[in-house]
Amino acid sequence: MNIGRFWHRAPNVFGLILFAIFLAITPLWVQSNYLLSTAIFIGIAAILTLGLALLMGYAGQISLGHAAFYAMGAYTSAILTVKFAYSPWLAMALGVLITGTLAYLIGKVIFRLSGHYLALATLALGVIVFLALGEFRGLTGGPSGLPGVPQLTIGGFSFDNDVKYYYLVWAVFWLLLAFSLNVVNSRIGRALRAIHASEIAAESVGVDASRFKLRVLVLSAVYASLAGSLYVHYMRFVSPQPFDFNASVRLVVMAAVGGLASVWGAPFGAAAVILLTVLLRDTLPFFIKNASGEHTVIVYGVILVLIMIFMPEGLTSGLLKRRRWPSFRSKK
Amino acid sequence: MPDYGFGDYLQFVLSGLSTGSIYALVALGIVIIYSVTGIINLAQGEYTMLGAMFAVTFYKWGLPLPLAFAASVIVVILIGMLIERLTVKPVRSASPVTLIIITVGVSIIIRGVALLIWGATPYSLPEFTPGAPLTLFGAILSRQRLWIMGVTALVLALLYYLLERTLLGKALRACAINQTAASFMGVSPGQMSLLSFALSAALGAVAGIVIAPLTLVSYNMGLMLGLKGFVAAVIGGLVSAPGAVIGGLLLGVIESLSAGLISSGMKDAIAFLALFVVLLWRAEEVTPRLRSLLRRQSEVEG
Repeated sequence: MNIGRFWHRAPNVFGLILFAIFLAITPLWVQSNYLLSTAIFIGIAAILTLGLALLMGYAGQISLGHAAFYAMGAYTSAILTVKFAYSPWLAMALGVLITGTLAYLIGKVIFRLSGHYLALATLALGVIVFLALGEFRGLTGGPSGLPGVPQLTIGGFSFDNDVKYYYLVWAVFWLLLAFSLNVVNSRIGRALRAIHASEIAAESVGVDASRFKLRVLVLSAVYASLAGSLYVHYMRFVSPQPFDFNASVRLVVMAAVGGLASVWGAPFGAAAVILLTVLLRDTLPFFIKNASGEHTVIVYGVILVLIMIFMPEGLTSGLLKRRRWPSFRSKK
Repeated sequence: MPDYGFGDYLQFVLSGLSTGSIYALVALGIVIIYSVTGIINLAQGEYTMLGAMFAVTFYKWGLPLPLAFAASVIVVILIGMLIERLTVKPVRSASPVTLIIITVGVSIIIRGVALLIWGATPYSLPEFTPGAPLTLFGAILSRQRLWIMGVTALVLALLYYLLERTLLGKALRACAINQTAASFMGVSPGQMSLLSFALSAALGAVAGIVIAPLTLVSYNMGLMLGLKGFVAAVIGGLVSAPGAVIGGLLLGVIESLSAGLISSGMKDAIAFLALFVVLLWRAEEVTPRLRSLLRRQSEVEG
């Protein structure tokens, strides 16, 4: 093995090992079921954010309807297992296939246009999917949803409690993170960074920009679909409400907080936003009478605008840079 | 499918045109901001909500309707300018993704603050001239729909005059065509950006106020109107003012016909499917040729 290459990747390998240890021991000191369940939701959101961060940070494109891909994974799993008695794993794979194909078709059209049509197209997709979930009652159960989604099992082993599900979700996230790091540090990642820096320059050295953007879009849709399947098998129920426009915006906030410059930001962004939501839900009623979920959205808005104005690379990398700034200056 | 006569189809088209006028106004606001600043302003729909909300509030305070209309438009213009100064001016050179995210943030802040101020209960505004609906060749049309089309026509005429016949309008268009060249000629891109936000806010507020008597006014009405405005703007090519108007009217008619003939539940979904069809069409060879044709024409004119 090439030693230089090894050392180049060492921080990531080291980081992945540390992160795995951290994830493994977390349930040992988190005893509360409430917190453990929150950790599962953070894991699912982190998978979604990881895909979105790849799309935003590396392909320079934004999806404002990512909840649609999430919903497609969730509903494919739910419908196939509940109505047609498919194996959950087969349903999950089919969800990935369907969602990935849809993302491919959309990207194929959109990336032929210059500019930021992906934002508008995904936004429209988000609205269409959300409306369709409520309209096609026969299949989706309409607004009241679809109960009775089975548990995930492997052989005789069933993911029937929060601790087991915690390990499942975070193991999936960890694998996807490792895979994403590989993508980012490969030829594809270099091509994407080149596109991000200057699309014209990248194309002039032979990088087919739209093909690489398309791949990242499909990858992020596949992540979202997996997250959707994991979500329904945990909730054992699905309804359209978690996949509305606000959900897509929340995902963008998570990606922005986590930082667009590194895939490592995804779990932090997801954790920060979800913990903040929990905190706001518990404390906001003290400040504002009749505060509801919609009010917490204001806080997201303010965070989003402030981060984008002052730290467009995201909160995590923004803060890291700020910290290094003085020492860098004093040396000069 | 029920058996429809000529009158029914005429009614679908006319009510589609009046709803389409609203989309056209919203789309125009989007096009103006996009051409001048390059920002896809996803908060555009919120101006319609603010316009309607302030008009309702001022009317409740006892102001006569025309005065409430004018006051509301002025307040929304000021809000639009404030938003430009607070969120766009500090990041003029940011990447498009950053700018889009900022406008999304602005829209959720506006929506949230509106919920805080006005609550979740919907309000209503009386029709401008109450009375029995008018009948035309078997089509029934409420008076407010005539008001919508009339006001839109007036606004379009004023906008045309402003953009084509005044120095300020010329400066704005110059900035949209080539910012660097315009700034050499003494046009300040910063001021034009401010002006574009003021204009879009005014257009949005007018749209919100004229539609208010037909629909209930609530804090979340802007989201759907804004999205429809986008579909209309994209149909029109995103940089063309006449295109935005045509796109808006077309979308209104498509929606109205599909609600009448197919299903009212899927009306919104059909509008967004239209967006995909348009994007598909634009991705093909057709539009670049059309665009270069338009450009040549404007070069001849300019």
